[in-house]
Amino acid sequence: MIALLKRDLKLSFRSGGGAAIALLFYFAVVVSMPFAIGPDPILLSTIGGATLWIGALLASLLGLERLFQSDAEDGSLDQMLISPTPLAAQVFTKSFVHWLVTGLPLTLMAPVFGLFLGMSQNALLASMATLAVGTPAISFIGAVGAAITVSLSRGGLLLSVLVMPMCIPVLIFGVGAVRAAVTEPDPFLPPFLLVAAISLFFAVIGPFASALALRQGAS
Amino acid sequence: MKLIASNISVIRGEELILEDISFTVSSNEALIVRGANGTGKSTLLRAIAGLLPLETGTFSVDDPDNEFGDSTHSQLCHYLGHENAMKPAMTVGENLAFWQEFAGQPHLEIDEAMEMVGLDGLQDVPFSHLSTGQRRRISISRLLISYRPIWLLDEPTAGLDAASEKQFAKLMQIHLEDGGLIIAATHIPLGLENTKELVFGEQE
Repeated sequence: MIALLKRDLKLSFRSGGGAAIALLFYFAVVVSMPFAIGPDPILLSTIGGATLWIGALLASLLGLERLFQSDAEDGSLDQMLISPTPLAAQVFTKSFVHWLVTGLPLTLMAPVFGLFLGMSQNALLASMATLAVGTPAISFIGAVGAAITVSLSRGGLLLSVLVMPMCIPVLIFGVGAVRAAVTEPDPFLPPFLLVAAISLFFAVIGPFASALALRQGAS
Repeated sequence: MKLIASNISVIRGEELILEDISFTVSSNEALIVRGANGTGKSTLLRAIAGLLPLETGTFSVDDPDNEFGDSTHSQLCHYLGHENAMKPAMTVGENLAFWQEFAGQPHLEIDEAMEMVGLDGLQDVPFSHLSTGQRRRISISRLLISYRPIWLLDEPTAGLDAASEKQFAKLMQIHLEDGGLIIAATHIPLGLENTKELVFGEQE
């Protein structure tokens, strides 16, 4: 488990790992927004939370396709399936690493990117908080999609189509919480806690579903 | 110990690939699975490794001295498939260190195992820089760094030159003498003593 964590972290910073790609893509999405919408500070700050969230969602989906596919191609997946370590625990580890190299940097950079959108301090902090608790859900849901599409050679698009609907609740409550943080009298906590609940739920369910899909895929 | 297969059938898709296969392999013994392409050699190995669901039949381990506790048979297997299971972006040493930690039950030191396959000194070379035969030999050294009594080898000598083949035969012989057992699917004689054969399909 620790071995897998260390290896996947190492790989994501090597060539073809793509740890920086998600961040660059995120930057591109957020920065192109003001050009498309126009330099209206009030409008931009209103949709700032939504922009940060959609950017984070799309950027997280980028690397998911390769989550199990590279292991399947080089035969590592067979070894993982045979290993006495429960497959769900291995999937949990891999999903967690995916979050560490995409979700976490996206969260940390969100306040910086939010400045481009003229967001208020409260909105920036709220975005960071909701992304911190919400992006794990994307990684865990995404792992299920990645496990289902592991044997498809161009599974990336199908993966996005499969995963996106499942991520909609996270998006709704995440953006809702950011909005609530800046508009009185909407409370911030209920939607925020719902996002956290969704993440915890998928952290438990996701790895088992992925493990099942991977076993099916192997046979 | 003994690995006993009784009445194994495996279906892939709609097709019955293996039908009613039974065999017993004991310690110090190698089972060579032969047959034309597509007769189910790889399928049998994958089924033993636990990668494929069995339609009928069971695999069991007869372990009179209770050497291996209550491990299931697939936990006692090393599976060497067609792919080498190594990451091209990592060095040879990093790859092997990972597999040793991942598989547990460390056996030989990594340096020692690489010396056994004649590739010592390549620890810091990225795996992607190796030739096909060298990659295969590194993959073979994975069998040595953590201990498993049962080796499942699918075309193990693919890409090896004559000298490496001989070297590998020696490694297999040592494993057998150590009380291990080997099940190998191959077209090429592996140069082992004390072998049994299982032939699939029509033989000319």
